[in-house]
Amino acid sequence: MTNETVITDLKQVTIRFSGDSGDGMQLTGTLFSTLSAIFGNEIATFPDYPAEIRAPQGTLNGVSGFQVRVGSKDIYNAGDKADVLIAMNPAALKVNRQHLKKGSIVIFDTDSFTRKDLEKALFKTEDPFTELNLEQVQPIPVAITSMTKDSLADSGMDNKDILRSKNMFSLGIVCWLFNRPIEIAEQLLKDKFRKRPKLVETNIKALTDGYNYGNNTHLTATTYRIDTVQAGKGFYTDINGNTATAYGLIAAAEKAGVQLFLGSYPITPATDILQELSKRKDLGVKALQMEDEIAGICTAIGASFTGCLAATSTSGPGLSLKSEALGLAVMTELPLVVIDVQRGGPSTGMPTKSEQTDLFQALYGRNGESPLVVIAATTPVDCFDSAYWASKIALEHMTPVVLLTDGYIANGASTWKIPNLEEYPSIEPPYVQEKFKGSAESWKPYLRDEDTLVRYWGVPGTEGYMHRIGGLEKDYSTGIISSNPENHQLMVNTRKAKIKKIAGFIPEQEVIGDKDADTLIVGWGGTYGHLLEVMMRIQDKGKKVAFAHFRFINPLPSNTYDILKKYKTIIVAEQNTGHFASYLLSRFDDIKIHRFNRVEGQPFSVSELVDEFMNM
Amino acid sequence: METATVEKTQTRYTPKDYKSEVNVRWCPGCGDFAILSCVHKAMAELNIPPHETVVVSGIGCSSRLPYYMNTYGFHGIHGRAAAIATGVKVANPNLNVWVATGDGDSLAIGGNHFIHAVRRNIDINIILFNNKIYGLTKGQYSPTSDRGFVSKSSPYGTVEDPFRPSELCFGARGTFFARAIDVDMKNTTETMVAAARHKGTSVVEVLQNCIIFNDGIHNKIADRTWKAEKTVMLRHGEKMIFGLENNRGLVLDGWNLKAVTIGEDGYTMDDILVHDASTKDNTLHVKLSLMGYDNDLPVALGVIRSVDAPTYETEYENQIAEVQKKAPGKSFTDFLMSSSHIWEMK
Repeated sequence: MTNETVITDLKQVTIRFSGDSGDGMQLTGTLFSTLSAIFGNEIATFPDYPAEIRAPQGTLNGVSGFQVRVGSKDIYNAGDKADVLIAMNPAALKVNRQHLKKGSIVIFDTDSFTRKDLEKALFKTEDPFTELNLEQVQPIPVAITSMTKDSLADSGMDNKDILRSKNMFSLGIVCWLFNRPIEIAEQLLKDKFRKRPKLVETNIKALTDGYNYGNNTHLTATTYRIDTVQAGKGFYTDINGNTATAYGLIAAAEKAGVQLFLGSYPITPATDILQELSKRKDLGVKALQMEDEIAGICTAIGASFTGCLAATSTSGPGLSLKSEALGLAVMTELPLVVIDVQRGGPSTGMPTKSEQTDLFQALYGRNGESPLVVIAATTPVDCFDSAYWASKIALEHMTPVVLLTDGYIANGASTWKIPNLEEYPSIEPPYVQEKFKGSAESWKPYLRDEDTLVRYWGVPGTEGYMHRIGGLEKDYSTGIISSNPENHQLMVNTRKAKIKKIAGFIPEQEVIGDKDADTLIVGWGGTYGHLLEVMMRIQDKGKKVAFAHFRFINPLPSNTYDILKKYKTIIVAEQNTGHFASYLLSRFDDIKIHRFNRVEGQPFSVSELVDEFMNM
Repeated sequence: METATVEKTQTRYTPKDYKSEVNVRWCPGCGDFAILSCVHKAMAELNIPPHETVVVSGIGCSSRLPYYMNTYGFHGIHGRAAAIATGVKVANPNLNVWVATGDGDSLAIGGNHFIHAVRRNIDINIILFNNKIYGLTKGQYSPTSDRGFVSKSSPYGTVEDPFRPSELCFGARGTFFARAIDVDMKNTTETMVAAARHKGTSVVEVLQNCIIFNDGIHNKIADRTWKAEKTVMLRHGEKMIFGLENNRGLVLDGWNLKAVTIGEDGYTMDDILVHDASTKDNTLHVKLSLMGYDNDLPVALGVIRSVDAPTYETEYENQIAEVQKKAPGKSFTDFLMSSSHIWEMK
């Protein structure tokens, strides 16, 4: 008897849920990744959705995808290509053609593969698999729509609402395929729709029926089990980069003992930061949705002057609008965290796609000599630490900090061990009444700490330290408006030196990989997960290679040059036309750099990079 | 101990306490000097501690004002004063927050922040210096310059209509609007005091003279010879009377305001309107504020509208308090540990 379905063990798998933007694929993907994380897997997710909220149904423009990679360990990115695709319609199959591995499983909804559906997705024949040259995949036809209808026929819901549960039926099938206990999914649904018990009930019914359908019909010859590896003891959750960024700010404000203030304006893909912080009134956060991007940063500057940890969150076009005010924060030397969740540009560009094309804007996009700190978060989870660091540097060094994340890590999620805040470094702002050694009468707003060149923070409400600052150049000693030539030169030099000195307060740059390698891969920001896997695959092929991934961009870690000069071949890989490579060359003119650049709005393809780098 | 406390609460500030040591550098004869002096006097009358007072500005001649204050001061960038002040006030609602701005700063480049600050009714006092010209850039027309106004950037006259600040304020559902003339220091000070006492965004349009680039622009009403005939000082609860002999008054004639002479054409003092600045319906406030624009009515000065309404920063604080009542004293770690998607690895 072969009544039993075989279970195959896997180290890791990449699954892509894909359908119309109204099909609930983002929710399905999120539920599957969360339940896998709770089950004990490492996860990395990649929501890939269109900018249109609802493009015409069934068309190629409207396809919304959610890729999740699940594994026992070493899951650093959401994977190049999928082992399993759930295609809710022909458009989803067509759009994801290039995201499929050879031999991958394609579960598709036969009810939405009619001639009409095929025409909407611009298929010319009635055999989409052959038309797309997909002979090597394993198509698994399932009548998802009609079975969902049957499943919920007695639910009392109308047809439209019933069809909304198609995604849960599919999730049930996938849970069966990967031997996931659906109890976790049930619990997640209960949490998600706490206030709508009817919805919980119907979704669980569709989920269970999907699971049972797979089980009863032995839908595939084998199901899969992904090992779980015992992670370190502690409490875990799954988190995306935007939420982690918001949390990093909250943690830093709590550590520093200051009020957290966010001034912001909705913009894809950064809006979640505003939304999360708006929810956190329970923690006393003040998050203001302002009338525009400029008001977002200007309220933050006002709040910073008034003693808050002030931040503004945006994406590239919003950063352009904030440039002038960012210069004001440089000039007034106030702490400010500016979060730029980078997206495809220029102009409106590709709002829901990710790239690293704002580095130059962050470094140089202001009038005048206007140095500030630039930090780039490396993974969804690292957004927490990077936001914490950005806040710490801003508050302690009285400077604006641009924190660059990107759409990929902002929306992508991974498992996060709840941090112990006691292990995080303290944050001590230079309050004038505490840190200034002279008398209140002798204090002037631009007097500085001799070592750090940081000016002191005189917060309104503090008696004896009334002062005026602003965008006009000030005298180094008296703090009064000045256009004296020598003074301006001195102030320009001082502002620059102040930022440079921060290198002494950040960690040294790490290099991983082979100690005796000749080749160094260099990356920065949100490409960490992909480049790390590239390095490991190259090592697997027997070639020695090292990898340095930068979080601190300006100032660079103090050992940067010592690292770079050791390698014969340096490959700087980034999702722009070479910003970081040019930046490194502008600092260190005797190093030689190979550039690898892709600006497609898509994550790096690990296999493509491995092939390219092997030949460099 | 007790004596010391009493002394502290009884600190009386004088205008001098709000003056910084910096030399004031406006052009000799500029209307800004008078306005600055009124700000000092108003603050002294309000007796607000200088260290709990923040003056924010944008860019322009008027926006240099914070440097001449011995309070906390922030000289911002062009047009953004209202936004910066919003941040200050929300960050610390206990501070007295004033904005010094001009017609270009607040009605052109900063128009968006101006209307939204007014709409939110955040408790800041906006002193809007209106001289109908760009002075700091040496004489271009502004959004309040009259149609046909000839300036360096409109050598053949402008072909656009100006904003009327009160209309903009009321269009944004403003709760406080007042008007003053720079040279009329007593009334200007009185109006500023009223503006500061108002909870919510108060807009004081000060008709200010730019002696270099637009000298005499407000002379038609500001000149002492005919000011009494050309203006009416409005005070809540008082009759709307004006004129050198205080024998002129305002009445309603159908839907419109009309200036009459008491004792002529059968009009008596009883017919004269009593000013109600606090009525929610702003229809009459709009009409009062537009007197003198396209008609021969006297220009209204003083507090035209002052209506109680919830202020943004107070409502914000209340909301935080409301939410926190459910889970007092929660730390970030408490919050994380109480969230729903959390699991333990043992």
